Amino acid sequence: MVRGLSFELDAGRALQITWPNGAGKTSLLRALSGLLHVESGSIHWLGRSIFGDLRAFHDDMAFCSHEPGLKPDLTIDENLHFAAGVRRRCNINERHAALARVGLTGLQDDPARRLSAGQQRRVALARLCLQGATLWLLDEPAAHLDAQGQALVSQLVSEHVRAGGLALIATNQPLALAPDISDELPPARLAARAGPA
Amino acid sequence: MSGVKTSAPRAFFLVIQRDLRLAFRRPGEWLQPVAFFAIVTLLFPLALDPEPARLRALAPGALWVAALLSSLLAIEFLYRDDGRDGTLEQFALSGQSFASLLFAKTVAHWFLTGVPLAIAAPIAALALGAPPHSLSGVLLALLLGSVSLSLIGAIGAGLTLGIRRGGALLSLLVLPLSIPTLVFGARATELAIAGASGAELAAPLYLLGALAVLGVTLAPLAAAAAVRISLE
Repeated sequence: MVRGLSFELDAGRALQITWPNGAGKTSLLRALSGLLHVESGSIHWLGRSIFGDLRAFHDDMAFCSHEPGLKPDLTIDENLHFAAGVRRRCNINERHAALARVGLTGLQDDPARRLSAGQQRRVALARLCLQGATLWLLDEPAAHLDAQGQALVSQLVSEHVRAGGLALIATNQPLALAPDISDELPPARLAARAGPA
Repeated sequence: MSGVKTSAPRAFFLVIQRDLRLAFRRPGEWLQPVAFFAIVTLLFPLALDPEPARLRALAPGALWVAALLSSLLAIEFLYRDDGRDGTLEQFALSGQSFASLLFAKTVAHWFLTGVPLAIAAPIAALALGAPPHSLSGVLLALLLGSVSLSLIGAIGAGLTLGIRRGGALLSLLVLPLSIPTLVFGARATELAIAGASGAELAAPLYLLGALAVLGVTLAPLAAAAAVRISLE
């Protein structure tokens, strides 16, 4: 699907992938996360191939995919408790702080089925913050979000990156990130530069 | 915001807790297989000649075929919702052992379908004319057998996860693997109803136990590999 692609990402940088629909943005993110089998080539994290110790890599990585991964029958707080708790211990105060951060204060005890698509996306962002990963792989993070929500995503990514994190964002609605922290990935085949991050 | 990494046992119990809580919010899904089991086994005495001796002879077969089919009915739900909404993907990327998290789901599933089945079985056995002293043997056989059935089903459910309407294929995959459990389970039940005890009854129960242990050791790994392929 995607060929001849090579790039590296340094700490404190974000990379936006704005290829057209069907060009393989999601496949690229899934391949980088280790979910999708890579036919040839290698993926390195901290100088080591991720396939050597996939779980250690996953400890450092969080993937925010199309599906928000919420259970409609659980409350928002329960959703966060289980989804983030599988990775890292987070207490109720942290969860409420994360919900406040994404603009969902007071909704923690509502069942997730009552949420709109945009609100579900916000819960997914709260989970992302709670997961405490260094590398963020975001697939259309601003989908379904209003203007305020899109600004929120840009702000979360900026803060994460400025704190030394890394972010790879596949999107057709490029986030408004400062040029000193963000690059754009050129379309596949054209990229030339090689080397592990 | 980053806290301490969740330990493997804690993640395991968190998944069990999550699945049990989800199940109690939507009881229909796990009550359906038990209801199916109860209906099938209770219809036998009505449809057949109600002579106790004949019913008693048919009881082991009826109980186990109904148990096998009802566990097949239940296993379809095991990964379906989590696969659709992206939860399994998050599990695969959680940094925890994927096999362990999926095993936790299977354990929760067994609590919700295998245990009720084993509890319903003695009642159904009574209706089929089994003597009261045999009921503990029936319960034990179903309890051990349902462990294997859940674990074998988990592999099948993983393999058919990506397939729409994979129910027929699931039965085709799972039924042949379930035959040993069916054979030894029915044998143990037969012996229990016939009044056997001690070593005679213990033999098929040991074999059922051995199958369950084999399942616990190997099935989670196979199921995780199967689900991983379906996630690609």
